Amino acid sequence: MFSPYKFEIESLNAWFGSKHVLKNINMKIKEKAVTAVIGPSGCGKTTFIRCLNRMHEIVPGAKVSGRVLFNGIDIYNEDVDPVQIRRKMGMVFQKPNPFPMMSIYDNVAAGLKLNGIKDKEKLDSVVERSLKLAILWDEVKDDLNKSGASLSGGQQQRLCIARALAVEPEVMLMDEPCSALDPIATAKIETLIRMLAEDYTVVIVTHNMQQAARVSDFTAFLYLGELIEFGPTKEIFENPKSELTEKYITGEFG
Amino acid sequence: MANYKIRKIKDRFMCILVWLALLMALIPLFSILGEVVLKGASSINVNFLTQPTPTVGEAGGGVANAMQGTVLAVGLASLIGVPIGLMSGIFLSEYSETKLSPAVRFFNDVLNGFPSIVIGIFGYTIIVLSIGFSVMAAAFALAIIMIPIVTRTTEEALKLVPATVREAAIALGVPRWKTIVSVVLSGAKKGIATGILLSLARIAGESAPVLVTMGYWRWWFAGLDKPVANLALNIYIFAISPFENWQTLAWGSALVLVTLILGISVIVRIFTQEKY
Amino acid sequence: MKNSRKPPVVIHNLSVKVHKIFKKPLTGDYAFKLLTAAFASSIFLMLGLMIYELIKGSQLSLQRFGIEFLIGSKWDPAISQVFGALPLILGTLVTSAIALLIGVPISLGIGLALSEYAPKRFGFAISFLVELLAAVPSVIYGLWGIFTLIPFLRNNVYVYLQGFLGFIPLFSGPIYGGGVLTGGIILAIMIIPMVSAVSRDVFSAVPDTQREAMISLGATKWETAKNVISYARSGVIGAVILGLGRAVGETMAITMVIGNKFQLLPSSLFDAWYTMAAIIANEFTEATYGLYVSALIEVGLVLFFVALIINVLARLVVWRSLKLVRGIARE
Repeated sequence: MFSPYKFEIESLNAWFGSKHVLKNINMKIKEKAVTAVIGPSGCGKTTFIRCLNRMHEIVPGAKVSGRVLFNGIDIYNEDVDPVQIRRKMGMVFQKPNPFPMMSIYDNVAAGLKLNGIKDKEKLDSVVERSLKLAILWDEVKDDLNKSGASLSGGQQQRLCIARALAVEPEVMLMDEPCSALDPIATAKIETLIRMLAEDYTVVIVTHNMQQAARVSDFTAFLYLGELIEFGPTKEIFENPKSELTEKYITGEFG
Repeated sequence: MANYKIRKIKDRFMCILVWLALLMALIPLFSILGEVVLKGASSINVNFLTQPTPTVGEAGGGVANAMQGTVLAVGLASLIGVPIGLMSGIFLSEYSETKLSPAVRFFNDVLNGFPSIVIGIFGYTIIVLSIGFSVMAAAFALAIIMIPIVTRTTEEALKLVPATVREAAIALGVPRWKTIVSVVLSGAKKGIATGILLSLARIAGESAPVLVTMGYWRWWFAGLDKPVANLALNIYIFAISPFENWQTLAWGSALVLVTLILGISVIVRIFTQEKY
Repeated sequence: MKNSRKPPVVIHNLSVKVHKIFKKPLTGDYAFKLLTAAFASSIFLMLGLMIYELIKGSQLSLQRFGIEFLIGSKWDPAISQVFGALPLILGTLVTSAIALLIGVPISLGIGLALSEYAPKRFGFAISFLVELLAAVPSVIYGLWGIFTLIPFLRNNVYVYLQGFLGFIPLFSGPIYGGGVLTGGIILAIMIIPMVSAVSRDVFSAVPDTQREAMISLGATKWETAKNVISYARSGVIGAVILGLGRAVGETMAITMVIGNKFQLLPSSLFDAWYTMAAIIANEFTEATYGLYVSALIEVGLVLFFVALIINVLARLVVWRSLKLVRGIARE
């Protein structure tokens, strides 16, 4: 069943205990494109992205209802193993979180080793490829044995991206990946994201509207847990259908 | 994906092992407490609690003198241990900016949990060699065991008092030392008290240092320069003896000691639940 | 004219003297600080005096045997009056090693259970129970050891152990229930509360972002837990060293189950043996002459230094690792 949509989200609701964080989200995310999720803080965008790889539910008291079709299969079906789902998606977090007790090499190879890949040559080539994809290779190639924590913030984040890319996911989920970084590092990562879109489906949460406008093909605007508007980025920013969207875009609130 | 199946099996297996580890710790606990209660309960009666230790062949007898002796030894020890521990704890908490502080804290931690038999030998060389095996020597050794515990718990209790309390008092013109003595100390008194209680419970159970500073005593208190009976030491003496009435006495004494110590520990835990 | 101004003059003089020595005026604050510092410094006095007294008490034995004391394996107070502590040192080390081999994995498991696997409220109850284990006095462990553990091990465990592994010399020989392995087991139980509590603390200090990174890579719970242990590994090492320190100094419980047999090496794990702490407890009150007492005190001196080194190492490692874990987490 061919579908141009990587994700088809149907009636997605999420709770933290009794707090209803996501209310009836319906969305279709196109593959090999960058979809940005924007909205004021507390609107549920981080929760949303974490529902896509079943990370939301690991917090005690978290609940999800609805369907999320990934490649046509509902990932919340009881037969589905969340571990396998997460394997297919890479995630990058707000604050870079490399493994400090591992070298740069081992950080990138971490996911591969989990999957049982031990062949040194294979590991070497994947590590190099991933670091190149993450635009980090040239900066670290001379000393891959340095600790993962010894890099600058921007480099650490790119290391985390390389780590996520190494297991060849189909999707990259990015939760405000640049919010802890300086403008130069941010620019590097935005370039990286546009490059990734050629082969991966990217969903990026950002509180920076200009970033969303620069980087994404589609944009979703969330407000207080509800999907207010969703469409091609150009349309959202130049011709928003909802008044609320327009107010947010023009900076009247949030 | 055979690799994935293996990972899942490993995950399951390790999960079981982790819970098994828990069991391995809880089984001895319940066994010890259970045995002490089962084997000791039959001994407990009014006689048992009011009579002194019997001689070897004698029937009956009890732990009354041992309880007296333990209370005496612990009480004497706290006369030395509590003031020193309290003041040290105050120093560590309120004057932690001094260069002396880290050194004191370090060695305090090192002495905490030191082999109590070695501390007992120390008590032997200092007191026993001049005065003889006596409750004073035992109290000395027990005090040294007590001091690091009281120091640490006092320091932690004082640290919990918010800085704002100190600042408010100083802003009112109260000198620093008076702030500490009147205001901070009373704010931390619950924590300090529980710390002292815990240390008392701890030394009440010590038998190794008592063995080398005092030795076995069968009678009531007979002077500070003489030994006294000791609950913990008696358990040791009776347990390794070949006499059945003494072995029964060991279990009975153990029940009394455990009740005392665990009683204090449990009460203290209930009071300091915020710690968790 | 007689007046009551004398005290202020005395205090003034004292103040001046103090000012000259300490270069600070004798205010209430400073006096109190000095007072508490003096009490706190007593710890140095205690440790220093302890070393001094132990060395002084060992004089006779040190002079007679010198370095031979540490490598000698004869202990004969009755006839030749020769003392050598090597078997005791070996006994202490071996029983402690067994205690670590058994106790550390269990403690790590408990630490993981409490920080990774168990729900919060359940965790409180378990921590509470494990800490109760720490409150039980050593002599009661010994009592239980003699009357419950030894018969249990003899009848239900050792017999089968020998059945399966009897061809290995370690597991051969007569079984009476106590001995080296039993000593190691009881020590293991006694170090579990401390090692598991420290493990739980260092594991809990590992930031959640580390766990999330593993989970997002598709790791299983156990793989995530392994990562946590790796992150906190210096803290784990500190906990192990602390456990070693406890095992080495343990006296009553071990002397009640190990059999107290002075021999260079036991014939098997089921044979009786001796440790430094056990011999002191056993023979101190029966040491009838100077050299005998001195030899026992020298054993105490050796034990002192072993415990000192282990404890210092432990504090260094634990402090550094807690700072490290919290430091990285803060970034």
